[in-house]
Parts: sequence; C-alpha cells; structure tokens
Amino acid sequence: MQRIGVFICHCGTNIAATVDVKAVAEALGREPGVVFSTDYQYMCSESGQTLMRDAIREHKLTGVVVCSCSPRMHETTFRKAAEKEGLNPYMVEIANIREQVSWIHKDVAEATEKAIILGRAAIAKVHLNKPLKAGESPVTKRALVIGGGIAGIQTALDIAEAGFEVDIVEKEPTIGGKMAQIDKTFPTLDCAACILTPKMVDVAQNEKIKIFSYSEVESVKGFVGNFKVAIRKKARYVDEEKCTGCGICTEKCPQKKVPNEFNMGLDTRRAIYIPFAQAVPKVATIDANYCTMMKTGKCGVCQKLCGAGAIDYKQQDTIVEREYGAIVAATGFNPMKPTQYNELGYATCEDVVTSLELERLMNAAGPTAGTLLRPSDKKHPHTIVFVQCVGSRCDAENEKGKPYCSKICCMYTAKHAMLIREKYPDTEVYVFYIDVRTPGKNFDEFYRRAVEQYGVHYVKGQVGKVVEENGVLKVQASDLLSGEQLHIDADLVVLATAVEPDKSARSIATMLTASMDTNDFFTEAHAKLRPVESPTAGIFLSGVCQGPKDIPETVSQASAAAAKVIGLLAKDKLTCNPCVAESDEMLCNGCSSCEKVCPYGAITYTDKEFRGPNRTTLIRRVASVNPAVCQGCGACTVACPSGAMDLKGFSNRQIMAEVDAICKM
Amino acid sequence: MSHDKKQAALDEILRSSGVDVRKCMRCGKCTATCPAFDEMEYHPHQFVYMVEKGEIEKLAASPSIFKCLSCFACMERCPRQVEPAKLIEAVRLSVIREKGANHLKPEQVPALLDEDLPQQAITSAFRKYSK
Amino acid sequence: MQDVKEFRPKIVAFCCNWCSYAGADLAGSSRLAYPADVKIIRVPCSCRVNPLFILRAFQRGADGVIMAGCHPGDCHYTSGNYFARRRMTLLFSMLDYLGIERERTRVEWISAAEGAKFSKTMNEFAATVAALGENKRLEDLRCKK
Repeated sequence: MQRIGVFICHCGTNIAATVDVKAVAEALGREPGVVFSTDYQYMCSESGQTLMRDAIREHKLTGVVVCSCSPRMHETTFRKAAEKEGLNPYMVEIANIREQVSWIHKDVAEATEKAIILGRAAIAKVHLNKPLKAGESPVTKRALVIGGGIAGIQTALDIAEAGFEVDIVEKEPTIGGKMAQIDKTFPTLDCAACILTPKMVDVAQNEKIKIFSYSEVESVKGFVGNFKVAIRKKARYVDEEKCTGCGICTEKCPQKKVPNEFNMGLDTRRAIYIPFAQAVPKVATIDANYCTMMKTGKCGVCQKLCGAGAIDYKQQDTIVEREYGAIVAATGFNPMKPTQYNELGYATCEDVVTSLELERLMNAAGPTAGTLLRPSDKKHPHTIVFVQCVGSRCDAENEKGKPYCSKICCMYTAKHAMLIREKYPDTEVYVFYIDVRTPGKNFDEFYRRAVEQYGVHYVKGQVGKVVEENGVLKVQASDLLSGEQLHIDADLVVLATAVEPDKSARSIATMLTASMDTNDFFTEAHAKLRPVESPTAGIFLSGVCQGPKDIPETVSQASAAAAKVIGLLAKDKLTCNPCVAESDEMLCNGCSSCEKVCPYGAITYTDKEFRGPNRTTLIRRVASVNPAVCQGCGACTVACPSGAMDLKGFSNRQIMAEVDAICKM
Repeated sequence: MSHDKKQAALDEILRSSGVDVRKCMRCGKCTATCPAFDEMEYHPHQFVYMVEKGEIEKLAASPSIFKCLSCFACMERCPRQVEPAKLIEAVRLSVIREKGANHLKPEQVPALLDEDLPQQAITSAFRKYSK
Repeated sequence: MQDVKEFRPKIVAFCCNWCSYAGADLAGSSRLAYPADVKIIRVPCSCRVNPLFILRAFQRGADGVIMAGCHPGDCHYTSGNYFARRRMTLLFSMLDYLGIERERTRVEWISAAEGAKFSKTMNEFAATVAALGENKRLEDLRCKK
C-alpha cells in the first residue's frame, strides 16, 4: 500500500474562489492510502514546495498528488521538488483543478465535486505508479536551421559563435530571404542591404556554418539530440564548387524573358541567373523551366562562355544525409497575393501594387534603379494611396483573409509614405487605416513624424473601390471622422497585404512533428514562458514562422532560439523520457504486431531461451524495446494481441484505475 | 471657393492661431472635455480635422464658433498640444474681421474687466461679445 | 424511494497530451465553460487509448466516452492518430452491433490552438449524451454498490 500525500493548491484565488479547497483536502484525506492531505495558497512557490518536501519526509510518503494547474505547467516543478527529497519523481501525479475545474465552472458545489473526483482519479493512478528511471541518450553536436532569411542567418551565426556546427538549408538559390528585397528598414531608415549583406558574408565565411542553398528538407527521423535528416540538393545545373560567380553567363544567356521573382515579377531576368549581386553563395542557377538548352537541346551559350567549366546540364538532384542534435525552423513568410479582393483592382490594374512590390520599385537595385515610377507607363506618380490591413484582421469564420494583425504593415507603410514625401515632395500621400498600431521602441514617434513632419494624410477609413480610367486610378474611400465618402484620383495604389507563413512550413512541421495553429504558424511550447521552443523536444522556432514579427523582433527571437539550441548542444547526454513501452517476455508471442505500428523502429525481436516443462528449453521469439529510441506514444500497447506490451507511466492498469475512479462518483 | 483662395484662408488660420494641426492624433480628449458639446455643430476634434482638410469655409459658416466658451479646457487637456481653442478663436476672429464691423472700443474695456478671469479668456470674450 | 435528482451523465474524455489536452488547457485559460460532467484522462497519444478502456468506462457506468487527438497529419508521434482512428471505427461498429447508441461515443480532432472547439465539442457531446439518458445496456451491475 502506498503512503500518499495530497496537496491542494489555491493558486491565489484562481482555484480557491471556485473550489472549496478545504473540503477537497478533507474528502481526499479520507481516500484509502492517503496519509496526509492539506491545502496551500501557492503550491508552486518556494514555501509550497518546502511544505511538500517536509510532508514527504515526515510522513514517509511514497506517492504525491498535487491538485493544481495543468501538468503541462508545473508537473516538472513538483517532480523536481519530490526528487530533492529522495522520492522518485514519477511517483508524483497532478490533478488539473484549475484549467479543467475552477476556470470553467462557476458553481462552487459542482466545481468542488469535480475537483474531488479528479483528485480521486489521480490517487487511484498513484497507487499503481512505479518508480521510473530515465535513461540517457547522446547528443549530436550539430544544429540544422531550416530557412536562410535574417532569422535563420542570425540563429546560425549565434550557434556557430558558441563553437557548434550549423547547417542552413535554404530553398532559394541564395540566403537572405525577404530582408534582402527590402529597401530601407524602420524606424532608423538604414538600408536593409547594408546591414544584411555583411551578415550573409559572415555566414559564408564561418567555418562552422555550411549552407545548403537551393535545397530542401526531404525527411526527418529520430528525436531530440539524434535527428537524422535527408536534404535534397536540387539540381542547379551549375557546379557550385567550380562556379566563380563572374556572371558572364547571366549577361549572355539569350533567354531574357523570365519573370524576375526577386523583383516581384516587375522585370525579367535570364534563364541562368544569380538572384542579386550580393547573393550568398554567389553561384549561378539555371532555371530549367525556361532554359532553351534544357527544353530543346539547342543553345549551350552559357557552357561555351563559362571559363570555369561549371555548367552541367545533366546534373541531378542529390540527397545528403546529415545528423543533428537540434533543429530550428526559420521558414519565414510571404505577403499574401491580394488577387481575391476585386474591389481593390490588384489583378486588373497594373498600378495597384503590394508593399513588397513598392519596396522593389524604390530600391536602388530594383527594376527602376531606385526612381519611383509606376509600372504601367513608367511615369512618376503624384498621388499615392496606401491601403492598410488588406487581408489582415478578417473574421476567422469566413474566407476573406487572415484573422490576425500582420503587425509590420503600419510601420512599413509609414516608412514608405515618409520616404516618398522626402524624395518627392510634390507627391500627395494618403494612408487609409483601421487603426494605426505602432508599439515598439521609437515606433510611434516614427509614425507621428510621417504625419507631422512629412505631411502624410492619414485617413481613418478604408478603400472600397479602385477603378482605372484613362490611366487614372479612381479611388473611392471612406473618411470615418468626417463621415464622408472620398473620391481620390490616384496614380498609384499600394496594398499592405497580410503576412502569411511560407507554404513550405506545413510540410516541414509535419516532418518535424511540430504542431501548428490554424493559421499555419508554428505553436510554441508555452506562449509566455517558452516562446522559442516547439512542444516537440529539440525543435526550436525562429522568426515569422512562429507569428508576425518585424526585423528587430525576429533577430531577438533568432538569438533566443540559438541560446536554447546551444543549451541543448552543450550537454553530452540527454535524459530520456522514462515513460516508454515495455514488453513482458512471458506474454509476448512474437507476432510482430507492435513492430509494425512503431513509428520509431524502437522494437526489435530476439530469440530467447525459456525454461519449458520437464526441464526442456524453449527458444521463443520475443519483442524488446529500445528505451532510448521509444518516445512513449503507446501505439504498440494497443496493437499487442496478447497484452504483453505496456507503457510505463501510462499503464493499462493505471488508466483503468482512473476510468474506474471517474465512473464511481 | 477656388483652390488658391481656400489655401489662403487655411494659411491665414494656421498663421494667426499658430496651431500645427498635423500634431493631432484624433484621440478625442478635447471633445470629451468640452463643456459646450451639446451646443456645438462641429466639435473640437472635428474642428481640428476640418482645418487639416482645409474646410475653413464650412467652419466659418457654422454657429459653433460662437458657442465655444473659450474655457480652454481642450487646450489644457490635449496630450499633443494641438490647442483646438486657438483654432476656433482664429476662425472666429477671421469671421469678425470679415464682417468688418463693430470692434470693441478701448474706452469700453475697463467696465468689462473681471479681475478673476485669465487674460486670454478676457480678450477672447471681448471679441466674441462685441460682434 | 424514487430518485428525483436531475440526470447528470458521466462522461469520460481521453485527451492526447500534445493537442487536445493542451486544447482543454486553452479552453480553461480562455474561461470557455463546458459541463462538469466531462472528466478528462490524459494519455500520451490517442493511439494509447485501448478500446478496452472505453468498454471499461461503459461497464463502470459511464454514459458517454469521447476521444480527442491531434488533427490527422499533425500527430506528435507522426502516425498515432491514424491508428486510433481505425481502431475506433472498428470499436464503434462493434458497439453499434451490441446496441449501444452510436452517439455515446465520439472521436474528435482538436489542436492545441482550438480551445473554443474543445469547449464547443464538449458542450455538444454532453448535451447529446444527456438527451440519450442513462447507459444501462453495458453497465455491469456487479460494479454498482
């Protein structure tokens, strides 16, 4: 018989206001096996833990039940406290009477009754708990960063700084991501390239960092400390080792009509290309969809011109297998294509552009060499209308757009408006907004500067219609402060479109078994306390893949993720989860059912000698589980027809005991 | 009104009031404070916004400018020092000057003085009541 | 003496640790109420739920059993919820054969971000089970005191 101690937490008034904690302590104190039962204001506090430790010592407890918040919150806290007192940490169970009781029920009698039942279930489980010992597994001291934007770059640099190897996998031919496309950065207005490209060079020159550009993650196997990742290096038809990046091929290629994705399709590039002058690695890539040689077999200009002999039309995709201890998702974002909003005319009017397109139109390295000219007639626009919240802040139930605020649009629109007014004072700039949201250091001051110093017209309201008439964009909009409908003849309309996670994020999350929210942003392990970790051990989050962020925030999060990775890689051994499957050799009939359902290949079969009747020896094939590989899902326990497989910590008897306790009432 | 004339009227208001309407962030503190709210057609925040948009003519024609008590509560409370009362005052002044008539005569002043009122309020009241 | 107390169903909810249990936590921290009749049992994955557990619950007097796991494709263990889905399909058809109302059992996919869905699902399920009344068909009277 266990000697169980029960501790009821008030959680201030979070629990105590709805649950009669004294009554719960008293009722649970009468349960068989319970030798000590009390309540306390904050069990998780230092004094609460001391109270628990004292009770373990004084009452010689063999099991502990804490009725408090979710085990996802403080299970580890209480287990550590028990361990300090010499009690096996896995003899501690939590009854969740905050999230599952006090926070959702109002009636005290009802809530108290439910708290008692949940407490009883936990007590019933503890009666069957056994001390568990966690095993250890080695750590591969190398990290993988998926995505080579500013988030991935910063994470990789910080990890490399600590002396660990890092690989960056980037699906585009160059690292740099969205920041490379941006002209200037708020709120300081320094040029994005000037602060990004030196970092890209640092990455290229760092001996600890290996860049897999034009590559994608193909598969991920293993677990924290021991990931095995297959990386597909897509054929770029140019030998990376030989190419010097001289660019002669990109100048002479006769196929000139390829939409240039780096410039948002506002101009064209050649079929063999280097995305931009500061690309890292500075290696040419052949776009097989447009290359005449690849399509017809007749051309070969680049091959003839290449002094390094780097062109290889027969190159194939290759798969590289690498091992990692930690993986960082830094998959980033894309601005949404606003084609579905017919009223804004993006699909029909050439002079309705997105903010990222405008960014290219204002960039010195962009299609207009930095002079703001509108796409249709290459003329200087004199009246520009900005529309905020395009596709953001829509109702989650309908398909109009994203339910969240994209966070960065207010600031970059203020930046655009300010830059335009500064460079072209003869331009009238209108910004239509729902709210102006500029929290952040020097952010609101920046926005006010756009209004007060640069005279940008901020109008509370939205644009309802954009129609082109003889080269003029007729904008119909609302001015809610004066209650009027406005009609503006604009030359250029700029849409601040919603940020959406990169399309590749979903499949990467599935490979990493990292969870995502309904918007396809990666979920963090704890929204407040573990914001850069995924709930899946060994997976970390960097940048916009976790939620909309500006550059300073992205860089902070990237460094935070790196710190977490370093903390993991610095360990020589990791403690495994001891709640793993275990096979009872006496019951196992060697049928292989468990082996087939195991997602980790943790189950193997061995022929073992058993004592048979009349002093005979029987050789039987039985399953054995590798506890370092098993992750404890329990699929095998249900598949086993003879009931030989069980899961430690969540055994059949334990779960049945909980079921019984709940149904007993 | 032609565009130039409109601009001239706006410039005059901005010059004589010394107010920078762009500083307004439309929080509504002025209107929230205004004791004459019920009497006014255009409220202080609308006033500032209309000046920003150059709609001086509309304001000048509104009786609101004479409903303003010149209590300066809006100026006192404005978090961005926009000073709506000064704008109202400036528009009012322009209307009075436009009419060109009855300015207060210096000899009338002493009888109207009230020691307890702030200078600015006295001056403002004289202008208002002597139209 | 006749029992005049209002019928309150006993409902057991098996929730996987990674998605649905976290969804229940979110429902809690968002203060989204659902009936106190629902009691949650935490399991590592929906594939840990042995059909026996569900039968045991009915045998011991549960009026409804719901199992919640990660959305298909989002399983923390890659494929656990697919196993769970198949197993439950088989179990439910067997329960159907035994004359247990199909509505007393349910499988739902609720992610960690879907606190509102958790609460809504539990409210609906509790209402459905309450309308069906007491489960007498599978209850083992020997277990009753």
